[in-house]
Amino acid sequence: MSSVFSPLVRVEGRRLSAMQGAGTLIHRNFLVYRRDWVVFVTGFLEPVFYLLSIGIGVGQLIPGFEVNGHHVAYADYVAPGMLAASAMNGAIFDATFNVFFRLKYAKLYDQILATPRTVGDVARGEIGWALIRGGIYSTAFALVMLVLGMIHSWWALLAVPATLLIGYAFASVAMALTTWIRSWQDFEYITLALMPLFLFSATFFPVTRYPTWLQWVVEATPLYRGVVLCRELATGAVGWGSLVSVAYPVAMGALGTVLVRRRLERLLLT
Amino acid sequence: MTATTTTPVRTAVRPSPVHLLEYWWTVYKRTWRGSVITSFVSPWFYVVAMGVLLGGFVQADPATLEGAASYLAFVVPGMICAQSMQVGFGETTYPVMGMRKWVKTYEAQLATPLRVSDILIAHIVFILFRVMTTAVVFTVVLSFFDIFQRWWSAPLVIGVQVLVGLAAALPIYAYAVRAESESGFSVVFRLLMIPLTLFSGSFFPITTLPPVLEFAARLSPLWQGVNLARMASTGLWDWPVAAYNIAYLVLLAGAGYLLTVAGMRKALVP
Repeated sequence: MSSVFSPLVRVEGRRLSAMQGAGTLIHRNFLVYRRDWVVFVTGFLEPVFYLLSIGIGVGQLIPGFEVNGHHVAYADYVAPGMLAASAMNGAIFDATFNVFFRLKYAKLYDQILATPRTVGDVARGEIGWALIRGGIYSTAFALVMLVLGMIHSWWALLAVPATLLIGYAFASVAMALTTWIRSWQDFEYITLALMPLFLFSATFFPVTRYPTWLQWVVEATPLYRGVVLCRELATGAVGWGSLVSVAYPVAMGALGTVLVRRRLERLLLT
Repeated sequence: MTATTTTPVRTAVRPSPVHLLEYWWTVYKRTWRGSVITSFVSPWFYVVAMGVLLGGFVQADPATLEGAASYLAFVVPGMICAQSMQVGFGETTYPVMGMRKWVKTYEAQLATPLRVSDILIAHIVFILFRVMTTAVVFTVVLSFFDIFQRWWSAPLVIGVQVLVGLAAALPIYAYAVRAESESGFSVVFRLLMIPLTLFSGSFFPITTLPPVLEFAARLSPLWQGVNLARMASTGLWDWPVAAYNIAYLVLLAGAGYLLTVAGMRKALVP
């Protein structure tokens, strides 16, 4: 008799560590995508198409660029840029559209918070899921680069961890911003911010194309740091300066995570 | 007495798509903000990034660039056709699913004397309006760049964009009225719209592709529009090819129309 009722009596639920708490949401997302695996798999193809079209197609018309004193063919120049940009795009897609739907329509977080799980679990779980998904895509893209002969250094092994940093930074900040979004129309602002980052962060051409003041502005933007880091790793032109590009996304991601927790607390627990 | 209550009231007004234009105008007035950045702003980012800035690094003569004087002049006709195609895809995927399954607008409209073809034609007029507004704004501003070589280039390019928009919208419409759920749309975007955008000669001349891929590119629906728009802007016509391009797009739009009407009848009329 008591064994039948015992699950109902333990109102505190199972005690889970922060890791396990986030894991339940990650597991939930995994179960959902298992049914929608085509959407998951095709997500990786977009940067590959860009690489083939702009990198190789347009690359035939462009002689190539200098990276830290090395001459780099145009396709090899674009590839690490696409690696970084796709890490950003993937993270933002997950942390905006999907999170907004779960927050506003599916009421998923309300359901989770009705259990012993906390807003911290939600924040860590969603950002963690975005990182896992982004990591899978980045690994696949890095393998495409390897097959196409676009990787020139062992440093490139660190390119996938570098994309995780980019994903972490953008996923957490984007998820925080999503909590302010009112309707689907507001996503235009996300597009408005994303397009220039994607196109002007030295992804397709060097910042030397801009006047000096604009170069400074671009160099302070988050995707630029990610692109530079991935490019330095893929070409092997790593220096102490690269550490700036590591510290930047870590700080940005930490800030975003704190913000997400506070916003979710205000939205869902008051 | 009973006869008057059971017989639906017949009005003297003949069913016509014109009655729905007010509906679409109301929809546009309430939702235009949601499309203003993707239709009017983001194409500019592409023109500046790819055409002006990246184009500054391109070393190719007009012979390679299909007669265009610069990479900017080469890439712009391609990009605006791709833009029209994307508007066509955007207007006929989620909105159609919404009208059919979520909001059931079609059912509401069919409860009036309107016929399936009236509803479809009114929607096509709206899609034409969306393509036209973006096309006109874009083409007018671009005519200040040294891209359109003849006075009739700009109006012709707008005409090509309308044709491309219809040839993209109607086949996708035919798919959307039959689709079980919206999850296929992201696959349509990723596996159809993006490859078409990137590999239909918009960003690089298809003559630089290996022969097999070049042949495949010539079969792509977007290439027909890109080629027409480019011939219109350079003023260098190849009449048999132009006739093939136009016939292809008209046939595609026509087939799409017939398939859509059939699909809508099946889905909506008991």
